Amino acid sequence: MAADRLSTRHLLGIKDINRNDIELIFETADNFKDVINRPIKKVPSLRDITIANIFFENSTRTKLSFELAEKRLSADVVNFAASSSSVSKGETLIDTVNNILSMKVDMVVMRHPYAGAGQFLSKHIKAQIVNAGDGAHEHPTQALLDAFSIRQKLGDVEGKKVVIVGDILHSRVAISNILCLQQLGAEVMVCGPTTLIPKHIEALGVKVEHNLIKALNWCDVANMLRIQLERQDIKYFPSLREYAMMYGLNKQILDNLNKEIIVMHPGPINRGVEITSDVADSKQSIILEQVENGVAVRMAVLYLLASQG
Amino acid sequence: MQKKTLLDGQKIQITIKRLCHQLIENHDDFSNTVLIGIQPRGIYLADRIHQELQSILKIDNLKKGNLDITFFRDDFRRKDGLVTANSNSIDFIIENKKVVLIDDVLWTGRTIRAALDALLAYGRPEKVELLVLIDRRFSRHLPIEPDYIGKKVDSLDSQKVVVTWASEGAEDKVILLSEKQ
Repeated sequence: MAADRLSTRHLLGIKDINRNDIELIFETADNFKDVINRPIKKVPSLRDITIANIFFENSTRTKLSFELAEKRLSADVVNFAASSSSVSKGETLIDTVNNILSMKVDMVVMRHPYAGAGQFLSKHIKAQIVNAGDGAHEHPTQALLDAFSIRQKLGDVEGKKVVIVGDILHSRVAISNILCLQQLGAEVMVCGPTTLIPKHIEALGVKVEHNLIKALNWCDVANMLRIQLERQDIKYFPSLREYAMMYGLNKQILDNLNKEIIVMHPGPINRGVEITSDVADSKQSIILEQVENGVAVRMAVLYLLASQG
Repeated sequence: MQKKTLLDGQKIQITIKRLCHQLIENHDDFSNTVLIGIQPRGIYLADRIHQELQSILKIDNLKKGNLDITFFRDDFRRKDGLVTANSNSIDFIIENKKVVLIDDVLWTGRTIRAALDALLAYGRPEKVELLVLIDRRFSRHLPIEPDYIGKKVDSLDSQKVVVTWASEGAEDKVILLSEKQ
């Protein structure tokens, strides 16, 4: 039985929440999943709440998913993208957000290229903050929806073996996933070229493997991350083609494993790099389920946070 | 705490039988009527009414669903603590159907207001009726009245009416709890 309220006012990272919180979010998300599969996909819970989506970094899935979640909860939504705003005129983060808040906004969903931006903001403003990705730090709602999707597919996360493949060094999804899966009792392995695995990552209690086939034979679930070229200031591997040959998942590898594994990807997919098209579109892939669950999980997070605003 | 038994198992059985016959008077063979129990406590009564009706009418296709009203409550963010949601299980469309909403206790009427809202997500019913086991009369906050009543009870706001069911591992019983003076 999960607790009846979250232990936090903001969702800044998986690091700040506990297993009870995660289970409460999942149970609530189950109910919202039911809601979004009805003919009328809307409930009035957040009708007196205004939420600002502040994105200092590009996003399609996360932004759409948050916006849909907010609208299905009947919240009023304002959107803000840094590229089309006064940030380019030199306004600071606090000024930008305070200006938005003086328009009486109750909650802020923020994505920012710098790690800790959400944390910083939560100390300076009154509104509740949901981190939608901060630099290479955390992306809590993605980790929650990934774990929720595993739970939905395999019944439980406890005791399952999950390998995260790819650019672990620049990935906020990887860190949040590791923390979330471990809280729920899963075993986690990271796999990728040495240059893209952070030093001392073993300290988090994860296994490290540089051979993709070995990693896939060990796991129940493979989460294939995107190579984040936009964050790579130097060359970490000789060429994308070589990366795809060493760490790309294709149908042949998948079929030659000694068991059937589940393939996940947080999107956006670079087809032909970390994962080929036939794998992405195969029966073993739950990429589109992840997207659907994303809305339900985000509805649960917003609903639960709002209840203690 | 002072406890006073309002209805015991035998009385509850008689009351449920009577409510079923009243329903049959208005709904004939129930071919266009569905029963909806309100989560979390109304579903036990809905189960009993459903069983009883099917055995009286000798049918086995009477539709019944459970409706959760958590996300439609009007006290979200206005009271301490969170009400945990329950599952909905309505696997039919209620468009143009007669709906009988079923709950154990009717008090302020706010739950029923939320239920009417929640119901709209499943279509536009031809008619909605309300059946309750206990009507705490003269305590309504909204203009809502039941169509079928098990027992009317006069109670104070400080008192509590608790209904327990054999099907949840307790016994069939309705008790009135009041603070000791």
